[in-house]
Amino acid sequence: MAFVNMKSKEVQAKIVYYGPGRGGKTTNLEYIYSKFRERIKSDMVSIKTHGDRTLFFDFLPFDIGKIMGYDVKIQLYTVPGQVKYDATRRLVLKGVDGMVFVADSQVEQRKKNVLSLKNLQENLAIYKKSIFKVPLVLQYNKRDLEKEGVTLLPMETLEKDLNSQLKVPSFPASAVTGENVVPTMKKIISLTMTSLQNVLK
Amino acid sequence: MGSNYDVSDYTLGQEQLERIETVLTEDLINSGVHSALLIDMAGNIIARCDNGQCQHDMYSLAALASANFAAVDTMAKIVGEEEFSLLFHKGENENIHFSKVNIEFLLITIFGKEVSLGLLRLKVAEAVEKINSVW
Ligand SMILES: Nc1nc2c(ncn2[C@@H]2O[C@H](COP(=O)(O)OP(=O)(O)OP(=O)(O)O)[C@@H](O)[C@H]2O)c(=O)[nH]1
Ligand SMILES: [Mg+2]
Repeated sequence: MAFVNMKSKEVQAKIVYYGPGRGGKTTNLEYIYSKFRERIKSDMVSIKTHGDRTLFFDFLPFDIGKIMGYDVKIQLYTVPGQVKYDATRRLVLKGVDGMVFVADSQVEQRKKNVLSLKNLQENLAIYKKSIFKVPLVLQYNKRDLEKEGVTLLPMETLEKDLNSQLKVPSFPASAVTGENVVPTMKKIISLTMTSLQNVLK
Repeated sequence: MGSNYDVSDYTLGQEQLERIETVLTEDLINSGVHSALLIDMAGNIIARCDNGQCQHDMYSLAALASANFAAVDTMAKIVGEEEFSLLFHKGENENIHFSKVNIEFLLITIFGKEVSLGLLRLKVAEAVEKINSVW
């Protein structure tokens, strides 16, 4: 639910990082924050447990400059991935304009990825939104582990499990090294802005 | 945010926003409130006015306030209440007050010792009524 301020010519849009617990959602935002430190004027807000698990959300406001004459402010959020936090996860999803689904490439996480994507679909349905309509990008995270000899789910398996029906853009990535973190973000911003075009005319 | 629906993208025109800002300034800032913020339940800032001396990070505040409001609203439902009417946090120097404008908007005011809670609630109620008449 993007908000367009016709007076100050400003657009605010909400992009939510979703996915299973420990998949790397918070690490994505931390990388973006460190990379664009000088362009992000406020601090990253994280509501988390002592063990660094997201309890409510992370929040990072990001000015991306002018698009079609509007100052665009992107609000990046993460949800808590742990199954038990479904109620808070749902609250963060309210008013979402675009989504990144961060999947964990580790073999043992295969089932959790699928369940989390299904949970996203169900929670969107509560707001009468369809996972097929809201802009979405998939990220297959932790690919760096391959170099350390960890066997990961092959890209084809991840695509088959998660993207066979959705057919949305997807990226192999590593939130820790930063590989494909920024391209993932750029892709979702551009899809989100395209979907807002009719509001901005 | 606690309710099971989601509105679509929306815009507010220059004239509507100016009317809202006038209400925030005349009813709240001129009564001694440090800062007044109209936000939507997704955490977007619709309008903001302050007395020129506030250095707070309003975007983070809006994100946290909408989430906090939604969490409290959900708690109310769990214990069988429609809503909790008074949402107020008291500090040493600054206090913060939340008021639901309608299903989609929230009014946040930050004020100090100079303004009593009673007066604030009165002024906020008046402002809410006026803001609602803008739509
Ligand atoms: N090797 C590797 N580790 C990663 C990567 N991304 C995240 N991690 C690690 O995985 C753990 C969990 O990362 P978080 O970013 O906190 O995961 P999250 O998805 O926010 O988890 P929740 O908040 O519980 O939902 C941390 O120890 C990260 O350092 C990655 O790309 N590669
Ligand atoms: Mg997290």
